Amino acid sequence: MTTTAPTGTPSSDSSGTDVRLTGISKRYGAFTAVHPLDLAVPGGSFFALLGASGCGKTTTLRMIAGLEDPSTGTVRLGGKDVTGLPPYKRPVNTVFQSYALFPHLDIYENVAFGLRRRGVKSVKKQVGDMLDLVQLGDFARRKPQQLSGGQQQRVAVARALINHPQVLLLDEPLGALDLKLRRQMQLELKRIQTEVGITFVHVTHDQEEAMTMADTVAVMNGGRVEQMGAPADLYDTPRTTFVANFLGTSNLITADVLDTSGDDIVLRAADSKLALPAHRCTATARTGEKLIVGIRPEKITLTHADDAGTIPDGRNRVRGRITEAGFTGVSTQYLVDGPVGTGLSVYEQNIERDGRLVPGADVVLHWNPGHSFGLDAAQSIEAGTDAGEGT
Amino acid sequence: MAALTKKPAGTPAGKPTRAPGRTSRWLRRNLVVLAGLATLGYLILPNAVVTVFSFNKPNGRFNYEWQRFSTDAWTDPCGVADLCGSLSLSLEIAFWSTVGATVLGTMIAFALARYRFRARSSVSTLLFLPMAMPEVVMAASLATLFLNMGVTFGFWTVLIAHIMFCLSFVVTAVKARVMSMDPRLEQAAQDLYATPLQTFLRVTLPIAAPGIAAGALLAFALSFDDFIITNFNAGSTVTFPMFVWGAAQRGTPVQINVIGTAMFGIAVLCVLVGQLVGGRRKRS
Repeated sequence: MTTTAPTGTPSSDSSGTDVRLTGISKRYGAFTAVHPLDLAVPGGSFFALLGASGCGKTTTLRMIAGLEDPSTGTVRLGGKDVTGLPPYKRPVNTVFQSYALFPHLDIYENVAFGLRRRGVKSVKKQVGDMLDLVQLGDFARRKPQQLSGGQQQRVAVARALINHPQVLLLDEPLGALDLKLRRQMQLELKRIQTEVGITFVHVTHDQEEAMTMADTVAVMNGGRVEQMGAPADLYDTPRTTFVANFLGTSNLITADVLDTSGDDIVLRAADSKLALPAHRCTATARTGEKLIVGIRPEKITLTHADDAGTIPDGRNRVRGRITEAGFTGVSTQYLVDGPVGTGLSVYEQNIERDGRLVPGADVVLHWNPGHSFGLDAAQSIEAGTDAGEGT
Repeated sequence: MAALTKKPAGTPAGKPTRAPGRTSRWLRRNLVVLAGLATLGYLILPNAVVTVFSFNKPNGRFNYEWQRFSTDAWTDPCGVADLCGSLSLSLEIAFWSTVGATVLGTMIAFALARYRFRARSSVSTLLFLPMAMPEVVMAASLATLFLNMGVTFGFWTVLIAHIMFCLSFVVTAVKARVMSMDPRLEQAAQDLYATPLQTFLRVTLPIAAPGIAAGALLAFALSFDDFIITNFNAGSTVTFPMFVWGAAQRGTPVQINVIGTAMFGIAVLCVLVGQLVGGRRKRS
């Protein structure tokens, strides 16, 4: 087993990959939890598997840990095939959901568990250092049930990290914490990851958590990876409606393709003519066929219909009427119904608020065409939303 | 309370309702304590009588009437023929049935709680039978079985019978504990480089220990004072409960009270020590 020094570079195969899953799948009888998938996690990165519950993300993680035998495929860690190895022979450690701290051992012994099993000598110093890293030095002799949720979470991280695993696996480690503590722990985990330089594979259903922490996010749905990439790429150019809806909110408008000859694809939705840069469309656009045009709510500007003339040329425009306005402090979130669709969502920063933008007002939604993205019209527009759950 | 109920008679006729109100209020406030004290008294009284009469010096063979204080029986607990022999035999049987029932019961409990196999539900039902069946029926059927098999009654038949009926209680106690155990703890141990054996010894067993200990204590107590099943299957062997029963026909030596008191005292001491240790662990 190759261990990494706290500040060193992680061991990896020649391509710089720490975890490589090849054609890995998991079936339980007739049910397929994970469809054959390939995944490569770059060494030293913070990698997130994101998806709704039951999408196969935890099963995938457990197959890396060895707690679940894959039905097909191989798991390679740092170039070494570990598919057949039991969990206690794999150079990975897991932070379990609800932590799974040993209730009969104190914090010190919990953290020392892995070292003792491997017969490491300098247990005392290492445990002390690790408890200091997670700021729990004073709690060494407490029992897990005497600690708060956040403290238990840190013990779970320390218990795994002290073994200098090649890869640290985190199974929804923040799920049980309240929102404020969760934000704090997200930063804490990110800090620890940067400090120790170990590859983290993080499973979560919280898209905000995945985007805040991870360098690379793989969005999973129905046992498949829908899309993988840097958070900003996934957010700005989703390739499927599921990703567009699951990662933040998207307004998806089905439109007819009018012209594909220029740099911009020209489309028509109801009475609006929309432009979409060809390079921002992942589907093949053919004249006369349909395409889904997506735009994020914060990229849209709302202008009252009386001032429609002040909107600069070259922007995509859509008519509508405000049905709801929700004030959230930083921004106001509007819901707009129009000919192109109902329930269009618009977030406006509360900088110069127009007093006329109240429910019932006629408005024009407009945005820079460069912010739109194009998707294949053959998919459900509601995939990944609450309404489309399970599709 | 007596003083309070008398009060209305003494109070002026103008406000006769005040005092009963106060009484009922006092009653309501202290009802739980009163009920608790009454229950405790109900439980402790027989033991207190046994203890008091262990210091008696009876006239004649029966220790049923208080005569005068004496420590004769305490200074000579084995003064009655066969008493200490039967006691040590009972302790020996209780010890080995506890060991046998605990080891077997723990393994059965793990099998039932952890694995799905074909005979699982029938095994569960079968284990429940000794608890549900009238003891005398079980005793008689066991005796018939041993007779038909041509086994000589004695130490071994008693031991086998005791292990059999203690088993159910151990399984019940351990199973409850194993069922409530988070399976992720064992996965976590494996994830932290513990082999299956180490996982069992370092994680599973310590966590299941309270259940196993409870089952073992129960088995010991049940085996030690079992009379009916033992009586049917002991042949000429005499355990302590059988000795007491036999002695009671001819007269009750004070030494029986001494042994009873001592056992009670030891049990109370065990509980107290357990609570003290547990309490300290919780506080630290």
